Amino acid sequence: MKNLVILGAGTSGTMMANHLVSKLPKKDWKIHIVDQYKTHYYQPGFLFLPFDIYNENQVRKEGKKFIPKGVEYHQLKIEKIDAENNLVELENGVLSYDILIIATGSKIAPQEVEGMHSKAWRDTIFDFYTYEGALALRNKLREFKEGKLVVHITEMPIKCPVAPLEFAFLADSYFDKKGIRDKVEITYVTPLSGAFTKEYSSKKLGYLLEEKNIKLETDFAIERVDFENKKIVDYIDKEISYDLLVTVPTNMGDEVIEKSGLGDDLNFVPTHEKTLQSLEHENIFVIGDATNVPASKAGSVAHFQSETLTDNILLYINNKPLKEEFDGHSNCFIETGKNKALLIDFNYEQEPVTGTFPIAGIGPLKLLKESVLNHWGKLAFRWVYWNLLLKGIPIPFVSRNMSTAGKNINK
Amino acid sequence: MIKTIKQIAINVNEEGYLTDFSQWTKEIGEEIAKENNIEMTDKHWQVISWIQEQVTAKKPLSIRGIKKSGVIDIKEFYALFPGGPLKVSTKIAGVPKPKSCI
Ligand SMILES: Cc1cc2nc3c(=O)[nH]c(=O)nc-3n(C[C@H](O)[C@H](O)[C@H](O)COP(=O)(O)OP(=O)(O)OC[C@H]3O[C@@H](n4cnc5c(N)ncnc54)[C@H](O)[C@@H]3O)c2cc1C
Repeated sequence: MKNLVILGAGTSGTMMANHLVSKLPKKDWKIHIVDQYKTHYYQPGFLFLPFDIYNENQVRKEGKKFIPKGVEYHQLKIEKIDAENNLVELENGVLSYDILIIATGSKIAPQEVEGMHSKAWRDTIFDFYTYEGALALRNKLREFKEGKLVVHITEMPIKCPVAPLEFAFLADSYFDKKGIRDKVEITYVTPLSGAFTKEYSSKKLGYLLEEKNIKLETDFAIERVDFENKKIVDYIDKEISYDLLVTVPTNMGDEVIEKSGLGDDLNFVPTHEKTLQSLEHENIFVIGDATNVPASKAGSVAHFQSETLTDNILLYINNKPLKEEFDGHSNCFIETGKNKALLIDFNYEQEPVTGTFPIAGIGPLKLLKESVLNHWGKLAFRWVYWNLLLKGIPIPFVSRNMSTAGKNINK
Repeated sequence: MIKTIKQIAINVNEEGYLTDFSQWTKEIGEEIAKENNIEMTDKHWQVISWIQEQVTAKKPLSIRGIKKSGVIDIKEFYALFPGGPLKVSTKIAGVPKPKSCI
């Protein structure tokens, strides 16, 4: 009997368990999946929790429910991967593997910036990339009457790179609805050269910040948070004051990757960008936020990757060459507030452009353009996530590789 | 878009970043630096080489990376390339500026 071990039962690990259970011959292969937590969170919902658009129960479910029969679930902390000996050390025992899939995701590391993870953390400094952070922020926003809200990105790469921008847009709507928009100043602070950095996007969407009266600070590389005086300070001593700082801290892979000597500077695992095989160990594959591939860190990306990875695991088992298939395909709805959203569909080569999706010329969704239907699409994504995505069921009309049909590419 | 630097035609995007790294030469880098009011020194070139190595190895560019590069510290980086050091240095290096997905 051989062992295939999946590390992490988040979006990617759960999808892989569901894909592989029906494809690996049961008489030869045993599948294990390991995660430290009981609860599976719908992380895209963390964007909506702070604004009372979603409640707690809409973003969490028991993780085990999504693990298929025939896969052994271990609710344990992973301590170390011993890649030389094909072993995984758990907090309580050891698993040996023939094939390993790393799906341990990425998480925030506020301790990376001086003064961020300070006594002001969750008092005047908040994140919304964790369940606890999003809830604490919800409670803070309920009380917030006036002042300076600063929405801030520490450094790239971050998962769901558009989430902070969406947060700023939703904050505008939220305070508007409460009748206090004129008492709240919203500033969006980014280490990049603009809120939109791609050519088409900045042309098509540049109007959004102005329309919503959101101030923009670019090229801001944070050095420290002066939490006592409520300021963020960059390397050339530029200061931005806040009353409420909502930051996306540095995103990093789990410590277990560092302890196992398998990661880069940010604990992401060097991975072949088209096959998803680890660059160092041929029997280790990596998926989702845990990889270092230059695709967005998003659930939709993990979904497209899972289809290629499933094929590649079967090819690997049969000693056949792997498919160099994954193209960086990503598909994301972007909330712009006031019940509208944008949709973008892109890959390693193709930047987001306008067009129709998923059916060329028909839609019904529009790319890179605000619409109410796109907003319903974003809300429907939660249903799709729990009912299709996690179970490894293909999304109708949307293929693993990006389609150029329906896109206005040479405009 | 085509831009001519010292009688050599190069392909650039609307913001003036080279779209084909193979067209880059030190001379071209030097001219782009001048357009940004930067007089190149050895230290500048060390940073440019490091950036080009990172990009060739498909590693993301970040301020953190500069900190760990051992080439210079961040304050120096800002002093060498004023006005958004990553966006200015990448332009001189002939590589794309760091971007998000939109
Ligand atoms: C605010 C926010 C908004 C987002 N919006 C969108 C969106 O609109 N659309 C979209 O597609 N994506 C969105 N995403 C991104 C999406 O949620 C992630 O890309 C996706 O969940 C990645 O899946 P993953 O399996 O790679 O990692 P995760 O789902 O994070 O799973 C990793 C798992 O590994 C486990 N693990 C890690 N280390 C250990 C250890 N040492 N021992 C045991 N277990 C361990 C963790 O407990 C976790 O369960 C958003 C994310 C956030 C934070």
